[in-house]
Amino acid sequence: MIALTLDVNGGMRKAVVEDRMSLLDCLRDALGLHGTHAGCEHGVCGTCTILLDGEPVRACLMLAAQAEGHAITTIEGVAPRPGEMSIVQDAFCETHGLQCGYCTPGMVLTAEALLATNPAPSRADIITAISGNLCRCTGYGQIVEAILLAAERRRGTNQREAP
Amino acid sequence: MKAVPFVYRRAASVAEACAWRTEDPDAVLIAGGQTLMPMLAMRLVRPSQVIDIGRIVELDHIRVEKDHVLLGATTRQDAAERSRIVAEALPLLARALPWIGHPPTRRRGTIGGSIANADPAAEIALVAVASGAEILIAGADDGRDALSAAEFFLAPMVTALPPGAMVTGLRFPRAKPRHSGTGFAEIARRQGDFALAAVAVSLTLDDEGGLADIALAIGGATPVPTRLALDALIGEPPAGRRVGDAVADGIARLEMMSDGHASATYRRRAAERLAQTAIAMAAAEVGAREGGR
Repeated sequence: MIALTLDVNGGMRKAVVEDRMSLLDCLRDALGLHGTHAGCEHGVCGTCTILLDGEPVRACLMLAAQAEGHAITTIEGVAPRPGEMSIVQDAFCETHGLQCGYCTPGMVLTAEALLATNPAPSRADIITAISGNLCRCTGYGQIVEAILLAAERRRGTNQREAP
Repeated sequence: MKAVPFVYRRAASVAEACAWRTEDPDAVLIAGGQTLMPMLAMRLVRPSQVIDIGRIVELDHIRVEKDHVLLGATTRQDAAERSRIVAEALPLLARALPWIGHPPTRRRGTIGGSIANADPAAEIALVAVASGAEILIAGADDGRDALSAAEFFLAPMVTALPPGAMVTGLRFPRAKPRHSGTGFAEIARRQGDFALAAVAVSLTLDDEGGLADIALAIGGATPVPTRLALDALIGEPPAGRRVGDAVADGIARLEMMSDGHASATYRRRAAERLAQTAIAMAAAEVGAREGGR
């Protein structure tokens, strides 16, 4: 077992986990953050995407112990306040950027990271950014639309610091 | 949890990582983990210990040293992708990096991890062989501190790394600044998938537009990245028939892999076509840089 202190969504969280535990399992099972979804659990599908120091990475491809000292953002950390949604989340709802919702946390976080560094992405930029995230429902069209809409809205809004 | 139980340890130095590994033959090293983690999840690897080398400061660097560029083993692939040194001094590597996996895996995946893993589809290994790079190692029982990329890769996922040793970095010769160009072409089932075939080429042209030198290597299709012997083409125009024939002939002599994704015949044909594309890309780059030839 290993005692970890992890910086998750702006707060320090303690967990005692097995050495072999992935960051994904740690977030879900030790910290109760079930918004990070477990899909393939070997790096193919992208649904477990989290932000590590602001950049998307796959939580299933890291040991929890490797994440110490890094700032982790999960889907629970993107909304400005409880009960509210981020601009990106809102745009996914409005454009029907999801059906079953399984890939959505990973898609939203990938989009948040893209828009934090590229406020006016082209369609091609968006497709490259989400190329590591599989969606089996939408055919991706509405997801791209959602990110374009979110980009437009963010450009016209006073922004808090990116997550 | 899908991995077998193991002990996680964080090494503070190369010496410590080598010592821990020597005392426990069932220990494995983890850097970015983008291949090791899936292998652990599928229990294809069942280590007693996982030694994290990701925080060893001496292994994370990109620097120029005379006619070479050194990349530390734990340099992240996306850090190399964003590096001005890589863009200017290692244009072939710069062309290849965006083909590796996806942005999130390049964020964690490392240069040295890709080399040590020796996947036949790995782009960095292909560029290392095409460029005549050296693999820097530490802890070898015979005292060696470097192996040439050409002798390093023995078979899929098998390398000539001596027992007890670890990869500490890569040393690339700097690209020649004048009349030179690079090309990289790859085909996979989907964006970011393992390459079914890939070709890396760098070439230099003489004042008449003939080849002054050419280095071309095939990856993905063959069990290990393999450089073709093309010295007989010196002086030939890169778009000429003799170049195409010699490359096709070289590829015809290589052993091609065959699996559920692509047959050996498909891979051979794809490699030939990708080689043409990569050579044209490299020659066009020389033309563009010299103001048209």
